[in-house]
Amino acid sequence: MRAASTAEAFCGVQPRIVVEPGNERELAAVLRLANEEGLAVIPRGNGTKLGWGNPPARADLLLSTARLDKIIEHVWADLTVTVEAGRTWHKLQESLSRHGQRLALDPLWPERATVGGVLSTNDSGALRLRFGSLRDLVIGVTIALPDGTLASSGGKVVKNVAGYDLPKLMTGALGTLGVITRAIFRLHPCPKIARTVSASMGSLEAAQRALDAVQNSKLAHTGIQVRAAGVAPPGVDVLLEGTEAGLAAQEEQLKKLLEPVVVAEVPASVWSARQELWFASDSAVIAKFSLLPASIAKGMETVRRVADHRKIRWKAVVQATGIGWLRLDGSPDQLHPALCELRAEFESGGGSLIVLHRSRGIAALEAWGNAGDALSLMRAVKQQFDPKGTLNPGRFVGGI
Amino acid sequence: MGQAALGFLLGSMHPASGEAAVDARILQELRAIVGKSGLITSPEELHTYECDGLTNFRVMPCAVLLPDSTEQVQAILQVCHREKIPFVARGSGTGLSGGALPIENGIVIVLTRMNRILEADLQNARVVVEPGVLNLDVTRRVQSQEFFYAPDPSSQSVCSIGGNVAENAGGAHCLKYGFTTTHVLGLEVALPDGSLVHLGGKTLDAPGYDLAGVFVGSEGTLGVATKIILRIVKRPECVQTLLAAFPSTNEAGAAVSGIIAAGILPAAIEMMDNLAIQAAEAAVHANYPNCGALLLVELDGPTAEVEAQMGQVIEICRTNGSWETRVAQSDAERALVWKGRKAAFAAMGRLSPNYIIQDGVIPRTALPRLMSEIERLSKEAGLRVANVFHAGDGNLHPLVLFDKKIAGQEHAAEALSSRIMELCIAAGGSITGEHGVGEDKKMIMSKMFSEPDLDTMQRVRCAFDPLQLSNPTKIFPRPRLCGEKPGEYVAHSLETAGIAERF
Repeated sequence: MRAASTAEAFCGVQPRIVVEPGNERELAAVLRLANEEGLAVIPRGNGTKLGWGNPPARADLLLSTARLDKIIEHVWADLTVTVEAGRTWHKLQESLSRHGQRLALDPLWPERATVGGVLSTNDSGALRLRFGSLRDLVIGVTIALPDGTLASSGGKVVKNVAGYDLPKLMTGALGTLGVITRAIFRLHPCPKIARTVSASMGSLEAAQRALDAVQNSKLAHTGIQVRAAGVAPPGVDVLLEGTEAGLAAQEEQLKKLLEPVVVAEVPASVWSARQELWFASDSAVIAKFSLLPASIAKGMETVRRVADHRKIRWKAVVQATGIGWLRLDGSPDQLHPALCELRAEFESGGGSLIVLHRSRGIAALEAWGNAGDALSLMRAVKQQFDPKGTLNPGRFVGGI
Repeated sequence: MGQAALGFLLGSMHPASGEAAVDARILQELRAIVGKSGLITSPEELHTYECDGLTNFRVMPCAVLLPDSTEQVQAILQVCHREKIPFVARGSGTGLSGGALPIENGIVIVLTRMNRILEADLQNARVVVEPGVLNLDVTRRVQSQEFFYAPDPSSQSVCSIGGNVAENAGGAHCLKYGFTTTHVLGLEVALPDGSLVHLGGKTLDAPGYDLAGVFVGSEGTLGVATKIILRIVKRPECVQTLLAAFPSTNEAGAAVSGIIAAGILPAAIEMMDNLAIQAAEAAVHANYPNCGALLLVELDGPTAEVEAQMGQVIEICRTNGSWETRVAQSDAERALVWKGRKAAFAAMGRLSPNYIIQDGVIPRTALPRLMSEIERLSKEAGLRVANVFHAGDGNLHPLVLFDKKIAGQEHAAEALSSRIMELCIAAGGSITGEHGVGEDKKMIMSKMFSEPDLDTMQRVRCAFDPLQLSNPTKIFPRPRLCGEKPGEYVAHSLETAGIAERF
């Protein structure tokens, strides 16, 4: 335990103390004590996404999972791993790869991001198209509740319907219900080989046609993304994984499918396009959005229209699942109305827009948008798990 | 609080446990909601609904309602809420854990009339259905466009999507494609107070808690799904199904491990032992080889990939002692192979007058050990056990055969069946992989989970259903009073004894 430094302030809020428990029982005990004392607790892994969500209403104690960083059990023959929440994604993958396995999810900043933080923010990358998101990969969690309860749900077998699926409830809950102390995941074999092919498209519409064609084909591609920015021609990247024989055939098929567009093999680094949106982003706003897969081009046209109108520079990476990330650069007094307009447009099409990163001077922008008619039910769930509002107060949807 | 006071409190929460809660006035009101043809009260007709696929539990409900719209479901729930009448929602009633077992003095809401496919949005690979739509009808609706609905429980031609949602139904192909929960993107739910909420949606990652993820598999205890948004999947280019005959389940189990270790993810890996093979063969003449254990391995994907992997799989099977490998040569042959597998439970009636279907999960690696344990217990008890597994994900379905007419056999069969569950728990597995806890297994939930674990789950229940009216007596060994103050962490007795660690 120590005093929080000024470098540990986030969203303009300065926490007072940092506690780094050495095991989950200690963590639960600290949380209970803080809860009894009425302190607001901010759970933290490595803090890579600490600015996501709304600024906390209060922040007294940073509860760090940094010391909970062990792999408890990697049963490679069962393709499962039990890991503590504070282990970084990269270190986890490193251990798994020794047995030719991986947790098939590519989050942001894997070198620093922790298992608990990735789970709590429900981050996902290109692999989601084939392997699903965290909700499809996490099979068990242990959580510490504000009253000190340590509770497990799920288990270490991939197929299990005993009891409620709390691993899913915790995924994306931004640490507002409990602190994840460990998780169990199902694993996948690492591919023998992987190849990325890319095509430059004449227009957003052409990019959508390419997406639809690939998605409608019988290719077993692992990911597809569209990179779009300003007036530049959009790029479509396709990730293929498998055996040598299988990939050669698939690449051939893909080329035919997209003719006359030229498809070329490119380095795997195109998949970091999403993370690169955060590069030098002090004056930028970054948002995650979700659209119907067939409406991606339409959504991007909307972005272009709104951005052009307000003299804002924009850049987006969108996956074929309809999930994308958008970066806007411009003056704060233009960014705010632009985001409101885009959110309204996306929401009216059944989608959403969540602000992840705010530029200086735009902090008032609510992060989540409309949480729908289940908001009061969500509040009731929060009330059951954290009746005193100890965990991350005010950071989640509807002021939860 | 004294015992009497506590009893009073429990009584007030479940008026149904006292005298009949559904009187003539309420029936009148319910009839006005669903119409004359939507209300069943005559004892002869009520018998149809007294149980689900687990027929040894039977309870007569006060009334059965057959609403045909979301509004009617809401109106029924409003009455139940006001009058504190417990209710059980059900679809086709094919469940195997007593999840749709009526509550004494409660009502049953049957959703089979809500069987419309509301939308098939192929561009976005989404289908919106009402809960009474049959599982197979979703695939039938989209198959001409080369799509299918992936979860395929053996009962898929008769079970409803609503029931699949309640139980988080699985099936043979969930090894690769995932379970019902993987394929449910959104839900319209009538909460136990009759209000309507929308969880998830057609787009992914809606802001807020993943309540759709919690609702799926909650066994009807959180409300009634009135509309379901499903994800459909493109048919793979190529499907190949292999039958491999082994001397015993040991060798077959080793082959399963070999396939997984080789980095191959088949669409399905099923195993049947000799008794199960005999039964399936007698029932549907699937032309299975007569052997100690049979593996059925299905690969799908791009042709080149499947062909390369099938060669590998056959090699692994041979190395592990398979004396016959046979790849189905046509769609008809493939269908027959699967027909035998899917008929295996029902076919058991040909081998034994009575049998208990068990559903447990173990880590795949524990399979050989568990198999020999089951064999030992079976010999000890003098009862035959047939085994049908989803071997790829460690989901076992041991079928304990017995004859009710022989005194003591039923009891012995139940004891054997429970013993197998305990083995699954001790191996770090689960008491149910796809059939659910329901009425059947609620008492052994506390062998798999500690009190704080179960209490934490029930907090969700208190948020959705504070009066505990929605299928109230299922899943949990005892209800949690929703105002109850939970205690701090106490180690589970198994944990302190060093028998089980957390997980």
